[in-house]
Amino acid sequence: MNRETINTALLFVGLILLQIIVLNNINFLGYINPFLYILFIFVYPIKKIDSTLLFLSFFLGLIIDFFADTGGVNAAATLFIAFIRIPVLKSVIGKREIDYNSLSLKRLPFYKTISYVSILTVIHHFILFSLEYFKWDNFYLILTKTFLTSIFTIILVLISFTFISRKK
Amino acid sequence: MQQIISFLFKNKYALLFLLLELTAIVFTIQSHSYHQSKFVNSANAITGGIYNQINNFKELVFLKEDNKRLSEENVHLKNLLELRKRQLVIRDSSLIDTVNYYQKYNYTSAKVINNNFRKNNNYLTINKGKAEGIQTDLGVINTKGIIGITKSVANHYATVLSILNVNSRINVKLLKSDHFGSLNWDNKDYNTVQLLDLPIQANIKIGDTVITGGRSTIFPEGIPVGTIKNFQTKNNNYEFINITLFNDMSSIGFVEVVTNFHKTEIENLEEKTSNE
Repeated sequence: MNRETINTALLFVGLILLQIIVLNNINFLGYINPFLYILFIFVYPIKKIDSTLLFLSFFLGLIIDFFADTGGVNAAATLFIAFIRIPVLKSVIGKREIDYNSLSLKRLPFYKTISYVSILTVIHHFILFSLEYFKWDNFYLILTKTFLTSIFTIILVLISFTFISRKK
Repeated sequence: MQQIISFLFKNKYALLFLLLELTAIVFTIQSHSYHQSKFVNSANAITGGIYNQINNFKELVFLKEDNKRLSEENVHLKNLLELRKRQLVIRDSSLIDTVNYYQKYNYTSAKVINNNFRKNNNYLTINKGKAEGIQTDLGVINTKGIIGITKSVANHYATVLSILNVNSRINVKLLKSDHFGSLNWDNKDYNTVQLLDLPIQANIKIGDTVITGGRSTIFPEGIPVGTIKNFQTKNNNYEFINITLFNDMSSIGFVEVVTNFHKTEIENLEEKTSNE
């Protein structure tokens, strides 16, 4: 067990507890609950191909689903953004190949971090709400919910980033 | 064969992703169907236990409110008791005590430890399960009105399909005229539900009271539901009828689970009749 593994495990458990105890009960403006738990996908060390992350993100979402009685919607959405995270990062940075050893989100320019986080968050929320409502009748509702909730999740993720980078 | 294996090996990352994604989508589809029992639910020991802990803390914080609610309930029950005394006196002495011979419903008290009301399909989790005699498809009520129907049941916890669920259909009737309809929810407002299939002859007015009908084997007859908020007619039919619930679905503490002892009897009889 090295330091990195312990940090990841703590983050995994901590984010689940924070999500189910506090964030799922916020109901800001009636229905906005930020999904901060996807911070796990952003903070997880960047590697080229990593099956562990796929498993971890699947179970992270599934545990949230167990608590919220939502079937598999969180698992599906979280797994998807874990899968597309590297291609999105590549396109945001604008390079075809990245040096995986030296790359870290802390060293990226701030606007690139914002766009990386925003793209993944919006995709995650869109899949989540589409699967939850599962009907084309509710398309506008899905879009408004995706938009409003994304704003809050993105703000919370960026605030958490500054806390994490200050500590180290 | 070798090509297949090497193909699988080369694309194992994508295949793993597809496999897990498919699993998640199967769980999602399962959660959208009413008839399948779900694998992912919050009635199991771990989620139930954690929700219980959270709820214990919340209870301590909201002790004052709960006390107030209980004393209100006490007053309500005392009033009912007084009413009953008077009826007994009025009715004359030829009263047969049927309670000993004919108990149709049994009530089990339970505590709501998790409550959803903002989603498309809302579920509650209660702290009673198989060990306390809870089964699936039992009615859940409190003093103010109906809450929902039990769904997944574990040893000590159970999930309740809230009336705020697009899959939920409950048989109800009007207090004043015995016209039947069914209760549905359009997932817009958590204090408003819709009444469907009510015949135009019912001639409803705003403020009429809606109670449960005696047709279902799940709820006893006459449990309060709500009052009519507004409605609209079209082509000699009711286009929509909105009902304001008596219950505030966002704050539910203690509930009662109703077991109908005659349920199997009624169901067997109905099955026999339809087979003939």
